[in-house]
Amino acid sequence: MQRLLLLGDEAIAQGAIDAGLSGIYAYPGTPSTEIMEYVQASKEAKAKNIRALWSANEKTAMESALGMSYAGKRAMVCMKHVGLNVAADAFVNSAITGANGGLVVVAADDPSMHSSQNEQDSRFYGRFSFIPILEPANQQEAYNMVRYAFDLSEKMRIPVMVRITTRLAHSRTGIECLETKQQNDIHLPENLRQFVLLPSIARKQYRELLNKQPLLEEESLVSGYNNYIDGADKSTGIIACGLAYNYLIENFADHKVPFPVLRIGQYPIPVKMVNQLYESCDKILVLEDGYPIIEELLKGMLDKGKTIRGRLDGSLPRDGELTPNIVGSALGRTFEKGAAIPELVKNRPPKLCDGCSHNDAFLALNEALATYSRGRVFSDIGCYTLSALEPLESINSCVDMGASITMAIGAADAGLVPAVAAIGDSTFTHSGITGLLDAVNNQSPITVLILDNATTGMTGGQASSAYGKVEDICKGLGVDEAHIKVLKPLHKFHDENVQAIKEELEYPGVSVIIPRRECIQTLNRRMRQKAKVKSMDI
Amino acid sequence: MTKDIILAGVGGQGILSIAACIGMAALEEQLFLKQAEVHGMSQRGGAVQSHLRLSSSEIASDLIPEGHADLVISVEPMESLRYLSMLKHNGYIITSINPYINIPSYPDIEVLLKEIWSQPKYITLDADQMAKECGSVKAANMVILGAAAPFLGLKPESITKAIGMIFGSKGEDVVNMNLKAMHAGRDLALKQL
Repeated sequence: MQRLLLLGDEAIAQGAIDAGLSGIYAYPGTPSTEIMEYVQASKEAKAKNIRALWSANEKTAMESALGMSYAGKRAMVCMKHVGLNVAADAFVNSAITGANGGLVVVAADDPSMHSSQNEQDSRFYGRFSFIPILEPANQQEAYNMVRYAFDLSEKMRIPVMVRITTRLAHSRTGIECLETKQQNDIHLPENLRQFVLLPSIARKQYRELLNKQPLLEEESLVSGYNNYIDGADKSTGIIACGLAYNYLIENFADHKVPFPVLRIGQYPIPVKMVNQLYESCDKILVLEDGYPIIEELLKGMLDKGKTIRGRLDGSLPRDGELTPNIVGSALGRTFEKGAAIPELVKNRPPKLCDGCSHNDAFLALNEALATYSRGRVFSDIGCYTLSALEPLESINSCVDMGASITMAIGAADAGLVPAVAAIGDSTFTHSGITGLLDAVNNQSPITVLILDNATTGMTGGQASSAYGKVEDICKGLGVDEAHIKVLKPLHKFHDENVQAIKEELEYPGVSVIIPRRECIQTLNRRMRQKAKVKSMDI
Repeated sequence: MTKDIILAGVGGQGILSIAACIGMAALEEQLFLKQAEVHGMSQRGGAVQSHLRLSSSEIASDLIPEGHADLVISVEPMESLRYLSMLKHNGYIITSINPYINIPSYPDIEVLLKEIWSQPKYITLDADQMAKECGSVKAANMVILGAAAPFLGLKPESITKAIGMIFGSKGEDVVNMNLKAMHAGRDLALKQL
């Protein structure tokens, strides 16, 4: 059997390739990015002609995957948790249309916000949409679950979510692969109105979706991904979801837990198993690496049953990811503590790279704004968000993809003129275009900096949908050509860049300034590859 | 056999090249392995760590429990102290003494080194200088890997083979230079022991 050393993300990608995947759709976002990157780099995927290109955003990705499912082939769509907010309209309705070819949605959550604005739990979306969820405990299970998810999706004719968290996504281990499966042939749904959500059809489809729920719960009982493991000590019964199971068994010699444990890896929640645990034990401890979903359901609003311990009663921290120590402490275990960290160890936050184009762009913006009162720069999601920190301290907001332009509109409407938006090229095509159209229609007195480094930088330099198109998009939206300026953000052009920004700040309509210089990381990578090719030529 | 290792450094310093070599050597010896990496925002010049766990039996958690690590391997001196709470009382710190200064509050290097030398067990080395002597400062991480080698519980030939496999595509000269760097680190650690 083939054994590969793979990240959790890569195990999911290989699992999909081996399960007969025909297309993968995604927008980069930590910790999900490496799934698409793996398929793009895979020679096997290339040979099988698997479609693997970045989409403009998670919504377009979700819809394209749904289209492939309509045509009868297996499709995967991947995103970080907040990407699911962007894709939510398509995601929720895809439960009503149902699937034809297997459709797997991977949502990668980031508890503790290692690289995110929040730590929302995607399991809520699955539950809200009546979509079954698989939550692997380890990378091998992630690989296996992808195969099962495609099969389940086709059997039950419904999209299936695979929910992972950062630790699983970015941890590497040996993976054993299954035999590869052929791709599906194109075949349309038997009912050509299945995907037409006119109210009269949607009502019928929605009832079908509700009727599927008991069958999906039955799947949860028999699939093998939910296990009741009995233990002699009935003082506490433990529900351990996904990765939390590893942290639990880490605390016991030979990984043998003395308490009864319900290990959950598949939703809808297997209520029969939960009931068995509840009836056999004095109290219940719920371990979830995310929001306390099962805990809250079990506790109920009135909390009149047995003691339910977890994040809500303080047995575990209310926020942040779980660790072996946090889980152990909840079970009353004590640890040998390491030494204290000496005071001389200082924080080392991330920062813009040396030679980064954003640095020069913000130095020019800071100077151009020096004569105005502070607090008028709305920004967005990307490397340039780091300009909020010292020494630049340039920006005053970072909320969600595209919010810079639209927040500037609202602030200008309130009288904050000039208001500035600072957004990256990839974020602009992800969710900034519609906002700029609003600004044009609203004739907003805002200055929009589209920081064009020709890549999706923060996630490691993936292709940007905006590449070579930014001016044309702005012109097409109706921005006056005389107020679209391209700058070269370099120290030697600082004074003229400041002057150009100043002029546009004074203009009482929509202006767009495009500081354009390639990301220093992708430039260096390109140079290294060039050197490598050259040395091979010799 | 189990070895829990924290790898520490600053985003961009390439701690994952050390992890990759140890991982490859562990696979060569049919060991179980888990390696939790840091991707995303912190890679931009921030403090980064990787948890690397090797074992002859199956490994549960991707994260090493606090106070449980056998080794902290650091490519930067201040970063070597950031994870002391993870290290066992008799655990070793193996670190380069070459500071990466990208914050204004970076401590005085003499004071910093004294702090490291006040820890129970450590190996410190001028990895940049040693790598230069071996042919390129780029091999500094292999010097540090070499210094950690006596503590990994892995056979020397597995590590040699791993370096060959990882740098093989770059040609024999690059492999030999990295091997030389690894041996230089190893010899120094054995002398300091």
